[in-house]
Amino acid sequence: MLLTLERARSLHRAMVRMPALLLLALMVCLFAVGAPAQTSSPNASATPAADATAAKIAALEQAVADARTSGDNGWMLVSSALVLMMTGPGLALFYGGLVRKKNVLSTMMQSFALMAIVTLLWGLVEFSLAFGSGNSFIGGLHNIFLRGVGAHPDPDYAATIPLQTFMIYQLMFAIITPALITGAFAERMKFSAMAVFMVLWSLIVYAPMAHMVWGKGGLLNASLGGRFPCLDFAGGTVVHVTSGVSALVCALYLKPRLGYPKWPMPPHSVVLSFIGACLLWVGWFGFNAGSALSAGSLATSAFVATHFGAAAAALGWSAAEWLRNGKPSALGTISGAVAGLVAITPAAGFVSPMSAIVIGLAAGIFCYLMVTKVKNIFHYDDSLDAFGVHGAGGTLGALLTGIFASSAINPMFKDAQGATLPSGLIEGNAHQLVNQLIGVAIAWALAIVGTLVILKVVDAVIGLRVPEDHEIQGLDLSLHGEEGYYMDSPA
Amino acid sequence: MTKIEAIIQISKLDAVKDALHEIGVEGITVFEARGHGRQKGHTEFYRGREYTIDLIPKSKLEIVVADDMVEKVEQAIIAAARTGKIGDGKIFRSRIDEAIRIRNGDRGDSAL
Repeated sequence: MLLTLERARSLHRAMVRMPALLLLALMVCLFAVGAPAQTSSPNASATPAADATAAKIAALEQAVADARTSGDNGWMLVSSALVLMMTGPGLALFYGGLVRKKNVLSTMMQSFALMAIVTLLWGLVEFSLAFGSGNSFIGGLHNIFLRGVGAHPDPDYAATIPLQTFMIYQLMFAIITPALITGAFAERMKFSAMAVFMVLWSLIVYAPMAHMVWGKGGLLNASLGGRFPCLDFAGGTVVHVTSGVSALVCALYLKPRLGYPKWPMPPHSVVLSFIGACLLWVGWFGFNAGSALSAGSLATSAFVATHFGAAAAALGWSAAEWLRNGKPSALGTISGAVAGLVAITPAAGFVSPMSAIVIGLAAGIFCYLMVTKVKNIFHYDDSLDAFGVHGAGGTLGALLTGIFASSAINPMFKDAQGATLPSGLIEGNAHQLVNQLIGVAIAWALAIVGTLVILKVVDAVIGLRVPEDHEIQGLDLSLHGEEGYYMDSPA
Repeated sequence: MTKIEAIIQISKLDAVKDALHEIGVEGITVFEARGHGRQKGHTEFYRGREYTIDLIPKSKLEIVVADDMVEKVEQAIIAAARTGKIGDGKIFRSRIDEAIRIRNGDRGDSAL
């Protein structure tokens, strides 16, 4: 997700120096052939020409920096919008279409409410906990109420964009991560309980994980000298493993929906899910390519890897389904694409397009088996396959990153002399797989323990599950007093 | 007066309607129905599980006609709706005690 600090700094220096040096040479030549004299002020210094030159160079350096910022910031603001779009309406539609008609609004409402709730929480305290200076596990309170988050960049994170841009970009990640969990307890969770659960989950699970992988001093931060550098470009562990594993815990704790697995509960609108999945694919370019935090070639590389991973996974899932059921379904194919996007997320800025294809294919087939075979063996009601796709896909992707990461794409590790070291297993760094495993294990552990504790507390205080008659009537009516489709309204 | 209820394949609805109009039937009510007779349903897959869908969409028509029209109507429906395969549907005939035109209070055959 981050350029190496060294790389960003040296690039900046090079870009500023070249034009400044050229201009200085030009100015010297002009003075040498007698350019018209500038009027000097009565108390001019001994070398007014040198002053003027210094001022011009300073202005040039500023202009170059502004131009660099303008390109990077433009892309990052677009990326932020794309990632928000992934939640609303991407995920809202994807999940909304998968549930029964009587629950469509309540499902979409969960995603939308999080867009509002997490935003406020982020501004008040969560950004500081995730990205403020603290210790290896959590940030501090220095940036609460977004203090110190303004137009100036923070070079530890992104040297060419305002810190405020970085903050708003990261906010969109903090929004979609809890929204993914809602897929596990769809159609049976109280709205009030969900809201409280998500606030606590954001503070107890998401903020520490984000801090460890991406924050200053984070234990797993590969760009800022973490003790166990885990390669996670856009959030395979931070977003998908944490949410997916938490989803599994929720599904097991809340127990299945009434009638599961006997009654058929097919999606009420695969059409909505289809549209949602397409929005997710497009939005994911902001999620992955935006994690380059700049508009340069690394963003392109991540963009391309993301796209190829999605395509390969869609075909992988579809082929597996065609072989097993005799027909490739639309729902299966779009689910495959999502699985590929999940798996490529940690790898996007580290792997080549061909590696992305391999990762995508593997994820498509693996996640297909998770949501069909494994789910049916253990009978957990992960209603919308949050664990099967995000938890499993994220874990697989994080591990495959350790295999396929290449320093030719993105040099992450340097030795004492500054020479580039190999990134992943194929390139010759077998140890990285261990670091990836550590990152994944921490994500699993934090998700399981954190989620269990929060579930118990919220259940005791508010109660998690709706009463049976509410579940039968449907949450749209019982929790929100609304109907999604009032088709028979009188004229 | 006689009511004729016909449950037919959805794909035959237009043909049946045209046939009824041709023999002079002026009133018809159509319902979207689901059901089955001896026709088995079909299977669908969702996340690797097989589900049997045994309520199949059908069209249901209700027509009330004068007694002298009943045979003609039934023959028209059968001719238009029959494919010879299982799932063609059924016709039920019952007696109607009274019919009233709401607009002007006509009763009996003249209300049809």
